[in-house]
Parts: sequence; structure tokens; C-alpha cells
Amino acid sequence: MKLKYASIAALLAAALASPTALAQKTIKIGNINPYSGPASAYGSIGKSISAYWKMVNDQGGVNGRKVELISYDDGYSPPKTVEMARRLVEQDQVLLVFQSLGTPPNSAIHKYMNAKKVPQLFVATGATKWNDPKHFPWTMGWQPNYQTEGRIYAEHILKNNPKAKIGILYQNDDYGKDYLKGFRDGLGAKASSMIVKEVSYEVTDPTVDSQMVQLQASGADTFFNITTPKFAAQAIRKAYDSGWKPTHYLNNVSVSIASVLKPAGLEKSIGLISTAYLKDPNDPQWKNDPAVKEWQAFVDKYLPGANLPPAFTSYGMAVSQTLHQVLKQCGNDLSRANVMKQAANLKNFRPELLLPGIRINTSGGDFAPIESEQLARFDGEKWERFGPIIGK
Amino acid sequence: MSRRQIIVIAVVLLAACALPFVVSNYRTFQFTLALVYAIALLGLNMLTGYNGQISLGHGAFYAIGAYTTAILMDQYGVPYWATIPVAAAVCLVAGFLFGLPALRLEGLYLALATFALAVSLPALLKYHHLEHWTGGVQGIVILKPDPPFDLPINADQWLYFFTLAVTLLMFVLAWNILRGRMGRAMVAIRDQHVAAEAMGVHTAMVKSMTFGVSAMYTGVAGALGAIAIQFVAPDSFNIFVSIVFLVGIVIGGIASISGAIYGALFIQFVPNIADAISKAAPWAIFGIFLLGFVYLSPMGVAGAVRMAVVRLTRKAQNQAAKP
Amino acid sequence: MDEFLRQVLAGLATGGIYASLALALVMIYQATHLVNFAQGELAMFATYFAWSLIDAGVPYWPAFLLTVAFAFVLGVLIERVIIRPVENAPVLAVVVVFIALLVILNSVAGWIYSYTIKTFPSPFPEEPIFGKYITSHEGGAIGVTMVVLLLLYLFFRFTPLGLAMRAAAQNPDSARLVGIRVGWMLALGWGLAAAVGGVAGMMVAPIVFLDPNMMGGVLLYAFAAALVGGIDNPAGAVFGGFLVGVLENLLGAFVIGNELKLAVALVLIIGVLVVKPSGFFGKVLVTRV
Repeated sequence: MKLKYASIAALLAAALASPTALAQKTIKIGNINPYSGPASAYGSIGKSISAYWKMVNDQGGVNGRKVELISYDDGYSPPKTVEMARRLVEQDQVLLVFQSLGTPPNSAIHKYMNAKKVPQLFVATGATKWNDPKHFPWTMGWQPNYQTEGRIYAEHILKNNPKAKIGILYQNDDYGKDYLKGFRDGLGAKASSMIVKEVSYEVTDPTVDSQMVQLQASGADTFFNITTPKFAAQAIRKAYDSGWKPTHYLNNVSVSIASVLKPAGLEKSIGLISTAYLKDPNDPQWKNDPAVKEWQAFVDKYLPGANLPPAFTSYGMAVSQTLHQVLKQCGNDLSRANVMKQAANLKNFRPELLLPGIRINTSGGDFAPIESEQLARFDGEKWERFGPIIGK
Repeated sequence: MSRRQIIVIAVVLLAACALPFVVSNYRTFQFTLALVYAIALLGLNMLTGYNGQISLGHGAFYAIGAYTTAILMDQYGVPYWATIPVAAAVCLVAGFLFGLPALRLEGLYLALATFALAVSLPALLKYHHLEHWTGGVQGIVILKPDPPFDLPINADQWLYFFTLAVTLLMFVLAWNILRGRMGRAMVAIRDQHVAAEAMGVHTAMVKSMTFGVSAMYTGVAGALGAIAIQFVAPDSFNIFVSIVFLVGIVIGGIASISGAIYGALFIQFVPNIADAISKAAPWAIFGIFLLGFVYLSPMGVAGAVRMAVVRLTRKAQNQAAKP
Repeated sequence: MDEFLRQVLAGLATGGIYASLALALVMIYQATHLVNFAQGELAMFATYFAWSLIDAGVPYWPAFLLTVAFAFVLGVLIERVIIRPVENAPVLAVVVVFIALLVILNSVAGWIYSYTIKTFPSPFPEEPIFGKYITSHEGGAIGVTMVVLLLLYLFFRFTPLGLAMRAAAQNPDSARLVGIRVGWMLALGWGLAAAVGGVAGMMVAPIVFLDPNMMGGVLLYAFAAALVGGIDNPAGAVFGGFLVGVLENLLGAFVIGNELKLAVALVLIIGVLVVKPSGFFGKVLVTRV
């Protein structure tokens, strides 16, 4: 009897004596992703991230510690995101929340995360508001923001075709409107005279054919296409089939060859202009690129048969590699404050899936990791990059 | 009300009051949301369960209540507790105004009309001419209220008690309405429309008023929900919200006040359970839960509870009657 | 004028999509007096089955026929296994069963096939026959819907089985008394509706691309179309589909803009229903007291 109590006491003492050691054996990361609901296509990103950290654990973890990724579904519904964020922070006691997806979901937890002083790192949205270290020191984006991209297209049009008549198709939500704002800002005073037609669509619309007819009828000779993959494919195909051949700018969100251009028809996509910051794994020019080969090995081993869109798995890998770097830089100080400090201390870091010449830089006043992209034109087979790397 | 019922209610109330001090803040937050859904479901149940008017669009009234609160708090600095009666009034009027032309529609046609309402509302909220008030696609962020009078509880707990108080008020009000003339008229219209009219029930008035009151309840729920989540955006209020409400009242028990509570607990907690069971197809698991509940008890959890109580009392009576 | 014509044609094309699903909805209603909210997902699921066959190398028309058969069997199974237990439950409980079916089918399709869009082949030639304004497929799809409509009309009107099914739906008790196996008639109705839905899905997928949420947005339109045409009238449903498609396009392009076109279209439809509660071509029901 006494021995039993003694041993229990000893175990308890051992457990209590080294709380920090025990607690820091695993690093807990939280993630919120839409595995269901209207945005369930993006659930693939959550799956890719989970697979990546499994690979990291198989390779020994980070600085000898295993990483536990806890991912919850919010169905792209902000109330659910709030609930899941609270669960991650208050119940699961995660170190940080990583790659939460979507602007409304992230907006819903923005204040909460900063009030609780929990890092909201590398959010999966291109909205501009995540780069605000003065008011929201615990939130940081990752991908080049939508407004910057819109501006790049606007500047390209102003330079190459100042008399252009522009038609715009945009998704009627935060993402679409953010692109629109950047584009209009880039055109400046000439916006109202150059934009001859601006039409929106809802995610619940079956097709955008009617909108395309409106755009073609407006006489526009330049087309800015702000759509997500399914609708982008429809729009590209409809434009071609209707005999409308504008200078066609496609947003980066739908730049994937496998998910958008192939369904639309590769011949129908010739001449499309977009920006890129990641290598498209299906682009033949990267066939022998070591980073793409590494990605292929990762997908083959950790996502076999899952058939996830390459655009999402490569994105998931690159952003996870960035967090990996941050955690490595933290060393043995795994406090939330240090995580944030190291996230704001990335110097010329390159996940190799990024296009050559693009690097990640952050600082106390700069919470935008990737700020450069390059214009590219689709030639029927690959995205041919042209021009300089724009941005920092 | 029988003595047993009063005891049960007292025990439940006591447990509800003790809850925030026993569980974590996160769980308190979840239960606050469950209370919010209970009010919404009670509203829908009054319309669909007791009055037989099917509504696939109560998410719209939930949204109107939520936005009323958000706009008042964000743009006019109105304190949170004062927005609740305003949201209630706005939705009462909105529901009544919708109920009037809907009088001509029955069954499927009413379902379509309410469906249309639910689908149109987010579009209206995003409409660029109204963006100035609604915040457009970006939505509106509101601040969480602090406990008043420096009470020694935190904001989550205070919000829970505030919501609980409103819930109690709404439930008592509903119980009174349903027990009285209005309630009997509602049920009469549901069961025998023509006979009720022949007996002198002013069906048009009753049906429209029921719509209004039902909308008011759901609007109050929306207002409380907005305060709890501290964020409103058009995409939070899509058609799925209305469908989940309908599911809630069926699972909880149609035409039952306690059903609203069971239904609310179901729609708040079962999706999380489904998510825990399967990350790959969480809604498939949720669907299976739905099927299971409906098969086991088509009259909802409240119906099952009722039958269980009857069976137990009968057993006790039989035991007592044995010589 | 040119844009007007093009919008009308585009509206007819999308209207064809709504019409085909509305037809399936009316079919189920005629057989069971219930509106099956899971009809769109059933159609989507059948289309994925077709896609798997074609992906495995089966040529188009054999895959088409196999899918129609698969959809039929699936519909019958669902009626027997899932709907039968709640036969006598309150209507709302049955609606919840439909909703459960909807989420299960959608979720399982997403799990098996992922959410990337897939192309679905069209049996019609690539080159536009009707000019640049409407593709051959869109025109062909409308044609297929009309053929299905005609076949259904002939089936229900002129065959004994069709008559038995109509009897079972209208008056189950009397039908039983004359020896009709009402249970199997219901199952048959489900099978037929699922088959019609499968055809609809295979016609729709080449236009909108195949993904699990393909039919989600279409369901509301199909529902409105079915009601405005008369919920018990298949031809009315098809008419309703075209009406909704064209109306929506014209409203969006010329009247109210794309943001509110759905809301306004629905308001108009409900206005019609308030004035003419049975829709354009529905039978007016008189209840005897």
C-alpha cells in the first residue's frame, strides 16, 4: 500500500518538477480551415499543411521537438472561426495559430488573437489589413496582397495601352473587392474613364456566362478577371468561344495550370497575363527543378492518392517551410513573444518553391513576408515570365 | 404546471447558473451560443411547429437582428443591452410585414418565399449602395461588453448570465402566449384551417402576428449572437443558417418549448463531435447523426423524453396499483 | 439589341440547366408529393459516377446509359432504405431526412473526388452550330431535356405502369384497394426522378464544370422554376426553368445589376405565385370542407 502511494507521489513529483521540459517536448500549432461549406475546396491547404508537419516529425522534428498540428473546420463561417480559435487558444493551449483561411474568418478573430497575445501567423488570405504591426502586433500575412497585385496590372495597362477600355469581372466578396480597390487605385484618376464595365458574381451562381456577355457587349478590349478557379475556367472558355479576344489579365488566385487552364482549355488560355510568386509544379519549365522534385517526393510519400490540386500543395509546403524557419530561429525559447519576434526577423529567407529572385523579408515595421511578384504570360504550355521582379 | 415540472425547471436553472463557474471560459462561450440558438429555435418553432407555417428563411431575421445590434453599437454608440429591444422591435415589424403577403402562400410556396428571403438577404447586405451602413463584405466588428458595476466575474461569464436572463424572459413570454388564446388559435389554424376560420378565429391576423413574433424571437437571438461573436459579415448568414434552424427544431421536437433547448444543444455541439470523428467528411457524419435522431424519434428529443416520462409514470402507477 | 438577344440566348442556356433539375423535382413530387432537396446532390453524385467510368476508359454513350441505370437503382435504394422508415413521420421530419441526404452526398463526393473542378465531356460537337452565341452543347442539352420531357409524358400518360404510379401518388389507399403495390410505385418514382436527375447532371457538367458544389446554386432556381410552372406539371417545370434563366439574365444586365438580380427575380416569381398560387400551368386544387 505504502509503496503504491510512494510511487504515485514520485511520478507526480517528477511530472511537476519539470513542467517546462514536458510542455516543451511538443510544439502545438493551431490551424483553422474550411473543410466543409462553400469554400471546402481550400480544405486541401489544411490537408497539405498537416502532411508537411507529419514529414517534419518523421525527420526528427524542429530542434528535436515534435510538432503537433491541430486543425479545426470552420466551414468558412466567421462565428465558427471564433469558436474554433477560442478552442485552440483556451482549451488546446496552442503556441500559435497558423494559416487560418479567409478574410471574414480572420477578421472575426483579429481582435481576439491580439487581445490574447497569441500569434496569428501567415494567414491564408491576401487582404492588405494583415500588415499592420502598430495596431495588430500579433497578426501577420504571408502571400503578396491582392491590392498590390491589382496595382501591378493597372500599371502595366497604363504603360502598354493607356487608351484601353477595361472590363472587370469580380467575385462579390472581400477578396474580389480587395483586388478591385488595388486595381482602381493603380489607375488613379483615369480609373473612371478607362473602366467601361464592372460586373460581379456570387459564389452560388452556376455560371458567369451572363456576366461575360455583358462585358463583351460593353466594347471592352481589356479584361481584368478576378475569379476563383471554377469561374475563371468558365470565363476563359466563354471569352474564347464567344470570339472575344481582349487583353486578358487573370488574378493570381486562379493561375494554376492543372486547376484552371487545363479545364478551360490550354489553347483557349494563350495570351493570359498574370503574376506569379510560386513555381507551378505542372509548368514544364520546372520539370527538373530540385524544389519541384522535392515537392513531388513530399506529395508522393505523404499525400498518396489524395489528388489534391498542385497549386494548394505547393502553397501549403512553401508557407509551412516559412513557419519551420521561424520555429528553428526560436531555438529553445518557445514563448509566443519570441515566436512573433522571430517571425518579424526573417531575412532573405527562400522556400525554394518561390520563383527565382523572390525572397521573404520581415521586420518590426514590415509584416508582409512576400512583397514581390513577376508578370507572366501563358503561351499554351507554360507561364513565361517577363519583365522585372516587381516589389521589394 | 405540475409540481414535478416545477422541480425539474428549478434544478435545470440552478445548474445553468452554476455552469460558468464550473467550466472554462471557452465552454461558457459555447453555452452562451447554445442559449442564443435556443431563442432562435423557439421563435421558429412557434411559427412552424405551433402554427404550421413552414419557414426556410429564419436566418434572414437572425441576420437582421444581428446587423441592427452591430450598426447601433458601431455607428451610434448605443450600449449593447439597449440594442436588444430595438432589434426585437425591428424584427417584429419585419416579420409581420413579411407575413402579410405570405398569407396567400401555403406549404411549398411559403417555403419558397422564405427560402428566397434567406437567399436575398446576404445580397442586400453586400449591396454597394447600402455599404455605408452595413459595412459591405468586410462586415462590422463590435466590442465585447464588460461586466457592469465591477462584478467579480469576467466578460464571458457576464455575457452568459445576460443571455441566460434574456432567454428566461423569452421562454416565459412564449409559454404565456402559447398557453393562452393566441396559442390555441395558432394550433387551431395549423390543424384545421377552415374550421378555425369558421369558428371565428381571425386567421389572417393570427398568422401575421405569429410571423412577427417568431421573427422577433429570432431577431433577439441574432442580436445576442452578434454580441457574443463580436463580428457580423454577410457571409455568416447564408441559407445554411436557416436550414440548420429547421433541422434544430425537428431534432429538438416540433411544437415543444423544451424542444428548443434540445435542438439548440444539438446544433451547437454535434457538428464539433462530427468534426472530431472525421476530418475528411465531417458533414457526412453530421448527416448520419441527423438520420439516427430522426429514425429513433421522429417527434424529436422532446417527444422521446415525453414518451419516456409517460412510460416511467405508467410503470410506477402499475407498481403502486399491484396488490 | 445585340446584347439583348445574346442575354436571352444565354438565359435559355442556363435556363436549360434549371429546367432539367426542375423536371427531376417535379417527378419526385408527382410520385411522392414531397420536394426532395437532395435531388441536386443525387444528380451530382450520378455525374461523378459517369466521370469515373469515362476516366476509366468507357466511351461516352455506354457510360451515359450505365449512369442512368446506376442513378435509377440508387434512387430506388434510397427510397427503400432511407425514406421508408420515416414514411409515417411528420412532413418536417422527412424534410430533415432529405437535408441529411444532401449533406451526406455532398460530403462523400468531396471526400472521394476532392473539390478540384473536373471537365466532363460533351457528346455534342465542339464547333458551335448555332453561331457564336450558344454552344452546340448548350443547344443539345436543351434538346435532351425536351426529349426526356416527351418520354416522361408518354410514359405517364399512355403506359399502365405510369398510370399506376400516378394513382399511387394521388390516392394511395384507393390504389392499394385495386391491387397496386404502392410501396414499389414510390420506389419506382424515386428511381425515375434520380435517373432524370442523372441526365440533368451529365448535361450540366460540361457547361459549369464538375465539382461537388455544382448543383448547390442550381437547386434554388430549379425549385422556383418548378413552382412557377406548376409543381405537378413537368412541362410547366421546363417552361419555368427557361423563364427563370432568361428573367435573371435580363434583370442582371439591364435592370438591377448583378448583385440583386437573384433577389429581384425571386420577388417577381413570388409575386406571380401570390396572384396565381398554382403557378402558370398547375392544377388549381380545391379543398372540400
